[in-house]
Amino acid sequence: MIEFSNWDILRNLLLAAQWTLLLSIAAFIGGTVVALTLTAMRLTRNVVVMRIVRVYVELFQGTPLLMQMFLCFFGLSMIGYEISAWGAAILSLTLFTSAFLVEIWRGCIDTLPKGQWEASRVLGLNFLQTLRHVILPQATKVAFAPTVGFSVQVVKGTALASVIGFVELTKAGTMLNNATFEPFKVFAFVALIYFALCYPLSLCSKYLEKKYHVAR
Amino acid sequence: MSLVKLDQVHKYYGDFHVLKGIDLNIKVGEVVSIIGKSGSGKSTLLRCINGLEAYQQGGIAVDDKEVTSEDIQVRRLALSVGMIFQSFNLFPHLTVGENIMLAPTIVLKKSKQEAEKTARAMLEKVGLGDKFDRYPEKLSGGQQQRVAIARALAMNPKVLLCDEITSALDPELVGDVLKVLEQLAAEGMTLILVTHEMNFARDVGDRVVFMHQGKVWEEGNSKKLLSEPQTEELKQFIGAVL
Amino acid sequence: MLNFSDLLPYTDVFLSGLMTTMELTVLTTALGVLVGTTCAAIRQYGNGTSQRTVAAYVELIRNTPFIVQLFFIFFGLPAVGLILTSWQASIIALTINLGAYSTEIIRAGLSNISKGQWEAAKVLGLNFRQTLLRVVFTPAFEKIYPALTSQCIIVMLGSAVLSQISVQDLTYAANLVQSRNFRAFESYVVTALMYLGLAMLMRYVFVLIGKRLFAFREAS
Ligand SMILES: Nc1ncnc2c1ncn2[C@@H]1O[C@H](COP(=O)(O)OP(=O)(O)OP(=O)(O)O)[C@@H](O)[C@H]1O
Ligand SMILES: [Mg+2]
Repeated sequence: MIEFSNWDILRNLLLAAQWTLLLSIAAFIGGTVVALTLTAMRLTRNVVVMRIVRVYVELFQGTPLLMQMFLCFFGLSMIGYEISAWGAAILSLTLFTSAFLVEIWRGCIDTLPKGQWEASRVLGLNFLQTLRHVILPQATKVAFAPTVGFSVQVVKGTALASVIGFVELTKAGTMLNNATFEPFKVFAFVALIYFALCYPLSLCSKYLEKKYHVAR
Repeated sequence: MSLVKLDQVHKYYGDFHVLKGIDLNIKVGEVVSIIGKSGSGKSTLLRCINGLEAYQQGGIAVDDKEVTSEDIQVRRLALSVGMIFQSFNLFPHLTVGENIMLAPTIVLKKSKQEAEKTARAMLEKVGLGDKFDRYPEKLSGGQQQRVAIARALAMNPKVLLCDEITSALDPELVGDVLKVLEQLAAEGMTLILVTHEMNFARDVGDRVVFMHQGKVWEEGNSKKLLSEPQTEELKQFIGAVL
Repeated sequence: MLNFSDLLPYTDVFLSGLMTTMELTVLTTALGVLVGTTCAAIRQYGNGTSQRTVAAYVELIRNTPFIVQLFFIFFGLPAVGLILTSWQASIIALTINLGAYSTEIIRAGLSNISKGQWEAAKVLGLNFRQTLLRVVFTPAFEKIYPALTSQCIIVMLGSAVLSQISVQDLTYAANLVQSRNFRAFESYVVTALMYLGLAMLMRYVFVLIGKRLFAFREAS
């Protein structure tokens, strides 16, 4: 058996953490793009389109992320779409992230008083002009803090990719545990690294929230 | 010639009959005060005139063009009908100047310089020439409402609709806003205002329209109507507000 | 080709998984909210040290993945002498997790109660504990009830991970079935829908409980 020093464990975990980081960023970007599209769809106020978005949100918020990952990974390949663990993880995390972001942003847009839409309308602004010049500048300000806050959930969500065999931080943890038989130490390290990734984001979100509330 | 013309307008909210056949003719330069109890349909009437609400029967025309609540129509209408709200509805993320310049630049496609010139002139007119670069939240309610007036004026409307624009203000700030309205009236602007300021309606207004239960219950020359109300309902209403 | 009828022979497996998930959910939702309420009260009204301890607990849990917390408890703690069954580890992990999140939520509700309420209770002669239990808690919970509901549902959905330490829950059942009949897609779709049903059921139950708890709204 190979001997692992604390430093060996930590070094290996940090290497794997790069994949956690990469996966998080990819999922967050993917989720943002999809959520932007969905938000735009929702804003059309078309009843059918809004219902589709509603069902999408219900579906991905109402089922476990792990189940979504299984479906993307095992499920898709069973019905003939081969997909790597990496691909399945990004796909499911993107869907998951977008479903939450679109809801968060909906809240931000809906908190703006109806008077903002009406005032724009009587000034002759069309829908897109109102959105661009009046609604979005205000909504993005409100949305910033909760969006950064949700990025913490994305980082933590990537841990589930370990279950479908993608080697990121958590998977590296279980592998090192099997090699070292030091679960207490290994998982404490794993937790600390996640904490180091997430806590700054949490703090940032809190700071943004305060800043916004004072500005208001 | 009438600038705003309502012909047997009916409006429903679901089953609820809010406006029950409103006829109204408003001439260029006229100052018309709409009074009446809460819930009598005053706001609804104004919102139908500028297309914010759809009506189900009858016809409304502004400047001889028919009003509908279709988006395109409303925007065309915005060129001739300005509106000021009880709650100001200024855009908080824009400075006072930017608030006023927004619609002239993106709707009327004016150049920035031109829009700024108009904006400054309008601010001067409402007595806030020095507030161009301030944000709305830094102003008092009375000042915010005057900015809203300047914002509407910058679109050079033919008629200005005002829905209880002094109701949200502290009493000592009401005078400043009314003074601006009075000046506009003197310059010949057509004004339709829902108001509880009876003195203003009598002294500045040309005509008073008393609404009751979704109908025009009584209307006429403002001084005459308020001193010699004909109907029991108007007598009661005047008794209650004075 | 899709074939859902291959799942039918495994109805029992699914049902027993469903029961396990529901059992765990009921138990840990109650425990978690209890922990959260206690910690929220400490966080809001406690002294400096106890406040900081609770804050550290909350931040630690909120900034690490549930699966890592679970592994730490199930694999890590035995290494220092605390041996737990997978069931015990699950209960502890879920409770601690929901406890941390609900602490933050409930505290927001507590901080929303105006000073006037406290003063009114005081002049009526109620002590701290009585005021908290009789005057403050109900309106505080009412304020944050929707957020608390959502969080409890999120934790229930998160419990899918327990299958990784061999708790025989709904996800475990799905894995078992697909390993037997090789119908992964069908098995996971059905399971996902069952979770969706559970989430809806939970929301409904919370509404019912809320009606009871906040009956004073109806009366007014
Ligand atoms: N969007 C709406 N949906 C349904 N009913 C409405 C709506 N808006 C107004 N109403 C109803 O229509 C009636 C007339 O409302 P309106 O706002 O025009 O009254 P008002 O005369 O302006 O009263 P106030 O002096 O209180 O402003 C009221 O009974 C009101 O409850
Ligand atoms: Mg009104």
